[in-house]
Amino acid sequence: MTQKLKYERPFIKKMNTGLMNKFGTQNEATAVIDIDGVAIKGLVTEYSSPLFVLSEKQIRRNYRAALRAFNTRYPKVQFAWSYKTNYLNAVCNIFHQEGSWAEVVSGFEYRKALNNGVAGEHIIFNGPQKTTEDLLLAIQNNSLIHIDHFDELYALISLCEETGKKPRVAVRVNMDTGVYPIWDRFGFNYENGEAWSAISKIVASGKMLLVGLHCHIGTFMLSTAAYGVAAAKMSELAIRCKTTLKNPIEYLDLGGGFPSTNTLKGAYLPGVDTVPSVDDFAEVITTTLLEAGFKHEELPLLILENGRVLIDDAGYLLGSVIANKRLSDGRRSVIVDFGVNTLFTSLWYDHKISPAQEASQHTDNVVLYGPLCMNIDMLRESVNLPALEPGDHLVVHKVGAYNITQWMQFITMRPAVVLIDEQRQPHLIRKAETLEYLEMPEVLPEYLKGVK
Amino acid sequence: MKLKTNIATSDNGFIFNPATGDSYTSNPIAAAILTMMKAGKTDADIKLQLLDIYEVESKALERDWEDWILQLKDANLLEAR
Repeated sequence: MTQKLKYERPFIKKMNTGLMNKFGTQNEATAVIDIDGVAIKGLVTEYSSPLFVLSEKQIRRNYRAALRAFNTRYPKVQFAWSYKTNYLNAVCNIFHQEGSWAEVVSGFEYRKALNNGVAGEHIIFNGPQKTTEDLLLAIQNNSLIHIDHFDELYALISLCEETGKKPRVAVRVNMDTGVYPIWDRFGFNYENGEAWSAISKIVASGKMLLVGLHCHIGTFMLSTAAYGVAAAKMSELAIRCKTTLKNPIEYLDLGGGFPSTNTLKGAYLPGVDTVPSVDDFAEVITTTLLEAGFKHEELPLLILENGRVLIDDAGYLLGSVIANKRLSDGRRSVIVDFGVNTLFTSLWYDHKISPAQEASQHTDNVVLYGPLCMNIDMLRESVNLPALEPGDHLVVHKVGAYNITQWMQFITMRPAVVLIDEQRQPHLIRKAETLEYLEMPEVLPEYLKGVK
Repeated sequence: MKLKTNIATSDNGFIFNPATGDSYTSNPIAAAILTMMKAGKTDADIKLQLLDIYEVESKALERDWEDWILQLKDANLLEAR
């Protein structure tokens, strides 16, 4: 009996002239059949679909490369893992094991860091909302409290008077770095003198130790020059603190904001070709600090709170095809089992998506929809993919940042998360949600029970 | 379903519609089907032949056939019935 040929759904594709550029069209037909040597088919069979997969090897590689970029240029560098980027305990502990402190922005995240065993003095507490209870806990643990606004500053002064403790604090500074709109909602403004006013008040109160200055100039920053401006303005403030107020600054925290190589929606060229590297950012920041006028022995510790750049490309989302559908205008659409509720970052990026099984090189332009009964549930408006059959698997790349914290339980459950360790062993680090889990906090009033 | 007589196709799946100036590429199975259609085979004959050559079940083929005809109609490649 002769062997039959592999079947693929027949399709034709209209050829367009005049739209091609010299780079050709992006082809995403190359199959990705494993992650760090672990077969995707096996992962889906064992842990179900959809499924988030994180590569520990890639996380550690990213961390070490980024740290190397800085500490080969500057003598005192400390990273603090941005909890909001991905606060699964397994992920946080990888970063803490590498030597990272914790950067948190809420009482919930603060307690999570404590539960992960992070020493209180190695927790940086950012964010516009810190309750009295949160502040007391941070004071008690000698954490670094980054003051965001005057109301927080006055609340903290009152707490110091009540407790008689002297917390270690930093002032959050916002500024014009040449990138617009200016991120001026966090902290005190540099140009209008508000930051200096806050600094002076803290030092004059004598109730707190002003040990640092902090800024977070933006997110997914594509300009390295903006960090140079920020580093220069922060250095000027730090030097002024020492000379005018006799209060030397121990550390400058330049925040986060380095981009991953994802492609932003509307971008003309893919992220891999346009995004500056960590080395580019490190060069600008450290050069500025070294030339700012600090004596060598008085150079402040440089803290960085990067999240996205350290984990985005270590995360994958595996999913399955539910159906193919022809739209009224002739375009093909593919419906998959993960939606915008699961892949939150599809609202920002044109994620790279690959088939997870061998397919022909013939691709068709398709619209990729999620499974939600909502019109907004579109993952890619236009992506070239080979013919896919129901049950075929797909891999979404660079999803490690913000998805596992911003995903929504909406219509479908949030999926499981698996970590592949450096020995290529998969570990379940978050179970898929169940109906029982979701209904646990619900309370049904007696009179509504047993209603038929 | 019959292809319009003026539609030019090649063995490697290139399609040209001289009436509109539109051209199309196709995957290998689509190219094979077009050749059979040009040879005047009926839908039923073509499907039987596909089931014989390819690793596919009739149910899946039937589903994809609907979509295939829709694509040809959409591209204005079929004779009006």
